[in-house]
Amino acid sequence: MMAQVRKTVVLEGSRGVAEAVRLCRPNVIAAYPITPQTHIVENLSQMVADGLLKAENIRVESEHSAASAVLGASAAGARAYTATTSQGFLLMLEVLYNMAGLRLPVVLTAVNRGISAPLTIHNDIQDSLAARDTGFVQLYAEDNQEALDMHIQAFKIAEDHRVLLPVLIGMDGFILTHSFEPVSLPTQEEVDDFLPPYKPVFYLTPKAPLTMGTKTDPEFYTEARYMLHKAQQNARQVIVEVAQEFKKKFGRFSGDLIDTYLMEDAEIIFVSMGSLVSNLRAIAQELRQEGKKVGVLKIRAFRPFPFEEIVRALSGAKIVIVMEKDISLGATGVLAQEIRAAFYGKANVPRLSGFVVGLGGRDVTRETVLKGLRLAQESDHLCTFLDLNPELLEEV
Amino acid sequence: MYQIGVSQPYNNNLFAPGHTACAGCGQSLAARLVLNALGPNVIVANATGCLEVFSSNFPQSSWEVPWIHSLFENTPAVASGIEAALKALGREDEAIVVAQGGDGGFADIGFGALSGAIERGHNILFIVYDNEAYMNTGVQRSGLTPFDASTTTSPAGGCSFGNPTDKKPVAQIVAAHGAPYVAVTSVGYYRDLERKVQKAAGIKGPKFLQIHVPCPLGWGHDTSLTIKIARLAVQTGLYPLFEMENGEITSVVKITPKPRPVEDYLKPQARFRHLFKPGAEEELKKIQAIADENIRRYKLYEG
Repeated sequence: MMAQVRKTVVLEGSRGVAEAVRLCRPNVIAAYPITPQTHIVENLSQMVADGLLKAENIRVESEHSAASAVLGASAAGARAYTATTSQGFLLMLEVLYNMAGLRLPVVLTAVNRGISAPLTIHNDIQDSLAARDTGFVQLYAEDNQEALDMHIQAFKIAEDHRVLLPVLIGMDGFILTHSFEPVSLPTQEEVDDFLPPYKPVFYLTPKAPLTMGTKTDPEFYTEARYMLHKAQQNARQVIVEVAQEFKKKFGRFSGDLIDTYLMEDAEIIFVSMGSLVSNLRAIAQELRQEGKKVGVLKIRAFRPFPFEEIVRALSGAKIVIVMEKDISLGATGVLAQEIRAAFYGKANVPRLSGFVVGLGGRDVTRETVLKGLRLAQESDHLCTFLDLNPELLEEV
Repeated sequence: MYQIGVSQPYNNNLFAPGHTACAGCGQSLAARLVLNALGPNVIVANATGCLEVFSSNFPQSSWEVPWIHSLFENTPAVASGIEAALKALGREDEAIVVAQGGDGGFADIGFGALSGAIERGHNILFIVYDNEAYMNTGVQRSGLTPFDASTTTSPAGGCSFGNPTDKKPVAQIVAAHGAPYVAVTSVGYYRDLERKVQKAAGIKGPKFLQIHVPCPLGWGHDTSLTIKIARLAVQTGLYPLFEMENGEITSVVKITPKPRPVEDYLKPQARFRHLFKPGAEEELKKIQAIADENIRRYKLYEG
């Protein structure tokens, strides 16, 4: 038999994710269709139908049941995968908390889409940030190659016995899921070598009966939640290790907890997550050519949140500009909150502005970003919507 | 230190005593009868509710079989995942997958998940312990609360005779999905219960059991009367016990020697106490009419 050869192919983002998931050999997939997650699960369904992926494919009647089915499958010792977005993600939310509490290493693609009302099918990241406190490890992909790579890494992180937590991969709806990019597709051999079959610590079997999901009284609940928090802390190290091992094996590195771009001597640093980071890289490059000392910090892991790494990366800067496609209504952008918290009590705190952009799929243009840069240089912004159309806000 | 370990089944029961169910609890008895009828090679997914709460208080557990509780409304979906995992991992013969919960968990909040799991044809035994209200939260009305029962959210009062609607016909709705085996049984008829559990276990595909389980606390009857009340529900015609195979009724538990008046069932229960005050005569007639219609429809008695 000929050795498998790693191929570079032009794939739709969703197809790339489906290929990555296939290479990870999940035993059980359960999903419910919702735009723009559909292409991922359609691709996986076709792979199962064609015999390219040996997995049980459960076509559930809701996202709540999709999450519940992969929860059950994982509890029975299977490697399990699901994907959703927006309203579907919110419907899953109750189960996501439960899944993390039960320490089940499911992998979930959280295609990122805005939340109703008003209804939108377009991208922002308000949906998966609602899972901030679930116990899920949260990673955000910048481009399709990273999304593909991240899925292979995600199973390894989730199933590490120091972690045993579900992992979600945030991936911008349409911007990534529906765009075609060249990606390097690992071979099955390589992935098998990187990701051995799932070995659960405990699973449901009559050979060793156990009770999972007990009720607790106040004398035990706190410790269970603490252990969950501890597992999140352990995930910091594991995410770094897995990123290094991945780099060794596949020759690619797109950051671990964070990634940095043009950060040496940078005085102004843009901070963001997801595909918006790519826009910011392009603009930073352009500004560098004009002699402006601008860099970009990508937050790759939102949970566990890399407090120390962020402070270290940003400490030399004069101005930090957080650009994010989400808003904690009545407070500020979620990422800006976290970064401000990271700096509390630290020395050499840079000035910091938080900007909300690109909600509900609004394009984040070069002009929008440059406007943010200008405003942030003038004064600090707690939470400013950068791309509002004032005409639409006129009183009638 | 708390050790993770498995005790030896007590007295060969797979549902161990020492749990915190109320005295006279019909559900705990039924759960024990179900497990003993199934044997140890099962995996149980259990909905939130009384049974879950009184049997799994960490670090103790009554379950001598692999058991998982996830949430209230998702148990059929959790079981779907377990069943699919066993298939995918080549462990299909390892266990019968059971999804169980109360009337609230399965017939109300988890009804969508139940419908989906049955429609998909999973090889799962679904069991609803029907105690006719949300007992775990303090006796609130569910979709399976019977007509005129007084609950804390359908109380009898100056302008109310209690619950204004009759029980949702869950078994028939499940049968209409095309489930190969659907049966209604009662903790008061334990041989019938045992036979139906074992018959269901031998059938491939989705099978559904509804078990009538009196709740002394919620129904307001003496704790010594659980079995008697359960039997009276059947003997009055208010709780017909039947089997449906591939959509057709194939057996019923006949009433012998002859149907009892509904008052015999209602009177010992505080939830129907208001029906025995002056002015409620018409209500008793309506309940008798429900029983008579059941007797006619299911051919429970041919006099």
